[in-house]
Amino acid sequence: MSSFRKGLTDGLPIGLGYLAVSFSFGILAVAGGLNVWQATLISMTNLTSAGQFAGLTIMLSGGSVIEMIVSQIVINLRYSLMSISMSQHIDGSMNLPRKLFFGEFHTDEIFAVGMGRPEKLGHKYFLGVIIAPYIGWSLGTFLGAVCGEILPAMVTNALGVALYGMFIAIIVPPMKHSWKVSIVVALAVVLSLCFAYVPFLKNVSAGFAIIICAVTASVFGAIVFPVKDENDEKDKGKDKRPFEGGTE
Amino acid sequence: MNWLVFLKYLLLMAGVTYLIRVLPYVFMRKEVKSRFFKSFLSYVPYTVLAAMTFPAILSATGNIYSALAGMIVGIAVAFFEKGLLVVALSSCVAVLIVELAIKFIF
Repeated sequence: MSSFRKGLTDGLPIGLGYLAVSFSFGILAVAGGLNVWQATLISMTNLTSAGQFAGLTIMLSGGSVIEMIVSQIVINLRYSLMSISMSQHIDGSMNLPRKLFFGEFHTDEIFAVGMGRPEKLGHKYFLGVIIAPYIGWSLGTFLGAVCGEILPAMVTNALGVALYGMFIAIIVPPMKHSWKVSIVVALAVVLSLCFAYVPFLKNVSAGFAIIICAVTASVFGAIVFPVKDENDEKDKGKDKRPFEGGTE
Repeated sequence: MNWLVFLKYLLLMAGVTYLIRVLPYVFMRKEVKSRFFKSFLSYVPYTVLAAMTFPAILSATGNIYSALAGMIVGIAVAFFEKGLLVVALSSCVAVLIVELAIKFIF
């Protein structure tokens, strides 16, 4: 099988999953006041889930420039690490312009299947692997946004919860397997509740609240429960996260 | 949303996300070694998602009862590790049932 075909095959299941997830992003975006094209444009230029969702929250609440920048840095910082790992896993065909292009498509899932390949990857593989996820993500958002404008509120309410449901599906299994993750997540939730209900803290904007909660809880986790050093098996695993469970 | 305002946000969002992905791809040569930093980053996805979900999910639907139903069902199904789609759809169905119940029964 050519490396383009290999990539295409690896990308298909990812694309189908993205279609479903981005559908509910489209619904939420339209419910918040964006139009169909704006919602779709976000997905076409960002290709993230948590990052886009936080960005949407900030947009809709009229957040500041700093807020938008800092939130995107914090939430998407893990992509930097993935890009560093990926830079050791590519062959000579990946010249500068190709890196500048294909780098945009490093998502959790594309990274995972790419790193799972035993061979070094070239531009033909990447061209194949990004097609289905990119179409799935953009098309799903578009369809969700269109449905969001047509369907009755009761149905969009129900579908809008889907994205939160998926977030829950990502958070809960690792909590079940690791009490350390449970404590760190619980801390983030408690902080988040404070920013939602405690006077004064309530006035902190949505974007900053997410950043403060996530950074505080994660720093706490990194200090009190540092993860095991995995240098022995570097470049082997598909997913370098130390916990069980998927990524978003 | 006004296109001009929208495009300002979009440019920031997409630009920062692009640079975060591409700069290390082009310039970094070595793996990150810091244990603290790696630990921090391994916790970030979960804390970010948790902070975005709770308590925002409670105001994501027509009323708090359907939202609570969606949340509780989602957590329960996720606990049995049924996968993203099943968890998400279960939450949706729970919300829909409660909203229908409220509309037609009470």
